[in-house]
Amino acid sequence: MSRRITYREAIREALQEALRRDPRVFLMGEDVGRYGGAYGCSKGLLTEFGEARIRDTPLSEAGFTGAGIGAALGGMRPIVEIMTVNFSLLALDQIVNTAATLRHMSGGQFSVPVVIRMATGAGRQLAAQHSHSFENWYAHVPGIKVVAPATVADARGMLWTALEDPDPVIIFEHATLYNDEGEIEDSGPLAQPLEGAAIRRAGSDVSLITYGGSLKKVLAAADELAREGIACEVIDLRSLRPLDDKTIAASVARTHRAVIVDEGWRSGSLAAEISARIMETAFFDLDWPVERVCSAEVPIPYPRHLEIAATPQVPNIIAAVKRALRR
Amino acid sequence: MSAAGDTRVHLDREHALKLLRQMKLIRRFEERSAELYGEQKIRGFLHLYIGEEANAVGVMQALTPEDAIVATYREHGHALARGLPATEVMAEMYGKASGSSRGRGGSMHIFDAGQRFYGGNAIVGGGLPLAVGLALADQMQQRNRVTCCFFGEGAAAEGEFHESLNLASLWKLPVLFVCENNRYAMGTALERSESETDFCRHATSYRIPAEAVDGMDVVAVESAARRAVQAIRNGGGPQFLENRTYRFRAHSMFDAELYREKAEVEMWKERCPIRRFHSWLIAAGVVHEVDVAALDRDIEGEVEAAVAFAEAAPWEPEADLLTDVMTPAATRGVA
Ligand SMILES: Cc1ncc(C[n+]2csc(CCOP(=O)(O)OP(=O)(O)O)c2C)c(N)n1
Repeated sequence: MSRRITYREAIREALQEALRRDPRVFLMGEDVGRYGGAYGCSKGLLTEFGEARIRDTPLSEAGFTGAGIGAALGGMRPIVEIMTVNFSLLALDQIVNTAATLRHMSGGQFSVPVVIRMATGAGRQLAAQHSHSFENWYAHVPGIKVVAPATVADARGMLWTALEDPDPVIIFEHATLYNDEGEIEDSGPLAQPLEGAAIRRAGSDVSLITYGGSLKKVLAAADELAREGIACEVIDLRSLRPLDDKTIAASVARTHRAVIVDEGWRSGSLAAEISARIMETAFFDLDWPVERVCSAEVPIPYPRHLEIAATPQVPNIIAAVKRALRR
Repeated sequence: MSAAGDTRVHLDREHALKLLRQMKLIRRFEERSAELYGEQKIRGFLHLYIGEEANAVGVMQALTPEDAIVATYREHGHALARGLPATEVMAEMYGKASGSSRGRGGSMHIFDAGQRFYGGNAIVGGGLPLAVGLALADQMQQRNRVTCCFFGEGAAAEGEFHESLNLASLWKLPVLFVCENNRYAMGTALERSESETDFCRHATSYRIPAEAVDGMDVVAVESAARRAVQAIRNGGGPQFLENRTYRFRAHSMFDAELYREKAEVEMWKERCPIRRFHSWLIAAGVVHEVDVAALDRDIEGEVEAAVAFAEAAPWEPEADLLTDVMTPAATRGVA
């Protein structure tokens, strides 16, 4: 049986299920309890699970993220919620210098099974300290896995798999997704793999490669292009580290053209990494240089028209596809 | 009127009306902002200072135009009390090119170099190290100025708070730390976020003299700020105020307020800094109701003029999107 729920509800159900299934699981972060989560994902959980397992923390990102890493080391299965990726920079040291390195530095003696969730991205006119996409900073780091569920099914299903993973997993939730609705198939298994890209739409003319909050824009562009007779293949990366080179290369081998849509800034972006990998794995299949649609190289401005101009939008995606097809 | 440098508050009619006017201006400006948010003229996050006006207004009286201010995302009141024109602050909230930050920042990021108003920082705790650095620059250049840093009690849980207090004290820097303790950091009550809820003890543990003050009493705030600022100017190093206050509205415009009782909010509203000061002034015969009525009309005019200014102000052209990321070559070395 399938039903429609929002992305937010999917996360809440996933949290609830994890807390019910495994007594080692607990949720910790700023305002996750009484407030119900900055984005409302944990509303009601405090009542069911109590303060010990739904832990409101002070404003201490480095402290509580580090404590999550320590608790994971000590045998718990913490889910740390950081309100947004912008504030996660206060915890970057703990994630990069501790969580990502412990296994290796200890010669394989310790694993850190922590899950860290955070919102990311622009689109709500929150200006330059609340709108950025630093997914690529984390995807740069060996020792952690980075995922970006873009659909309700992935939001519902990736948390469980992340909790079963022995290594640190960072889950990025684009802030414009929480109210979006999607289908959940209750009859089949709900868990979704962490790794592997998904082809969200098959097509033969061009490969559109994206993740997270940009997926819906890319699908909208693909719809519009279909009306003009252009068949886009849409790849949702799902996992940002590791990247699914195989799926990307196979798609480019079929379409001979690639457009990468990434809300990060172009310089040093995930789009840059993917483009390099296409060059390495599918160079001779290409009929056109890889196109990139990224955010403009400016901190995200507050006014609506400038925020729109600074971030990838359907018309830029369509224009990039047409350039690639010389249309 | 007290001169800068005077540690006492001289509450003559002129000064009383100034304090009342500034608090009322902030209140009216923000009530109007909330309406404009409903009309979607103001977007993004909007954090109102309603209930806390006595703090910015009281502290600003002790500062001179040479001193610097560092504030948070809840800074409309600080900007107005500092003397930024309501027109430019409102245009900033609209995101218009005539705004204080040319519209780039919005409600959370009001800046004004001329007024030495250094924002408008929306990373909790982010302003404290900045204030320490501004004060360090003054110390190293032998300028006798004060940097005043406002932050909420929630920020005291961040490492930056502790690192900044330690640095400021270690280097005897001219910083006035003003902790606006409104008892909640979003939905997290003070008792559930701090192991030591007496912030003066945090400060004194770093050997910074500290005083707790009734943040609902503008005169008490002004006099505490005057003492602290004077101590800094006399070479006493950093000083710390804990202003005990309360926000009457939601944390930002989206907030179901599930974390506090209505009765508690009502109890604090009884202590409204504006109403309290107003009735005290009338009872003491310092001002009369006709004065206050004139003040209200005047403020209404100022706020409506600010709205009209913001409405008429131009949008920045999209072609300018990439400006102000780096300093233009022509002005390098000048700033
Ligand atoms: C580093 C960081 N973490 C989290 C947030 C989200 N946030 C914004 S305001 C706020 C509460 C801050 O409370 P407090 O410092 O007491 O100031 P108040 O809002 O009460 O004025 C939170 C959690 C943020 N902006 N920055």
